[in-house]
Amino acid sequence: MTILANILVIFFIVAGLVFLAVAAIGVLRLPDLYTRAHAASKSSTLGVMCILLGVFFHFWLNENHFNPTILLGVLFLFITGPVGAHIMSRSSYIAGVKPWSGTVRDDLKLEIERMKKEQNIK
Amino acid sequence: MSFQILLNLFLAFLWMFLSSNYSVSRFIIGYLLGLVVIIALRKFFKSRLYIDRVWAVIKLSVLFIKELILANVSVLTLVVKPKLELQPAFFKYDTKLTEEWEITLLSSLITLTPGTVVVHVSDDSKSLFIHVIDSNDIEETIDSIKNSFEKAILEVSRT
Repeated sequence: MTILANILVIFFIVAGLVFLAVAAIGVLRLPDLYTRAHAASKSSTLGVMCILLGVFFHFWLNENHFNPTILLGVLFLFITGPVGAHIMSRSSYIAGVKPWSGTVRDDLKLEIERMKKEQNIK
Repeated sequence: MSFQILLNLFLAFLWMFLSSNYSVSRFIIGYLLGLVVIIALRKFFKSRLYIDRVWAVIKLSVLFIKELILANVSVLTLVVKPKLELQPAFFKYDTKLTEEWEITLLSSLITLTPGTVVVHVSDDSKSLFIHVIDSNDIEETIDSIKNSFEKAILEVSRT
């Protein structure tokens, strides 16, 4: 039983570490803010969630201590991760951060220009 | 919907009082019996059965977790590849959803899908502006959003 529990714990923590490493490599390698937001929002959310789940299972199965606070932390990350990525990429687009030169199509530019004209912001 | 849940709780308490046994197991039995009564009397309610909606919420959560894992695997393959093959693009997606909580839910679902991040929601909240990392399959992405996420959210909010 402890072997199964340990396999579960190790699986979750290793998966979380891999995803966190991927998030870090992605932030270094990808060319601009918007593509970096992809790596940072998805991989780090799942990575931290996996590590928290591993910690939760370790304390529950090996130490007999059921800690629901960790589960609440997982839920909180799940809800706030994508919203953070959205807010950061949106505010940097409005502040004028240029997308990478390889960007193929840009429907958003017209919309933002129209919005700024309506609200009289330069 | 909340009326049906209240009615079910009320029936469970009624069952507890009828059998004058105030334990958790008795409450659960009463709740299940009340559920059977509510299902039997479903044609007298204006809205659909609440258990149906609970089932839709469970399906949506399973979809959410599945998409999160798929998104991470796709980011992993993209980042680890020796040569970066990117064709980023911003495109506009028109949504049918009207309520604000539905649009918020759809945006977080899209952000957790492989290769897409929502950048802006238009003022009339009729269209979402999505940044996609590989623009070769924009049509496919739009189709998959329309057929899986929007459908699942509409399934939850349908009266």
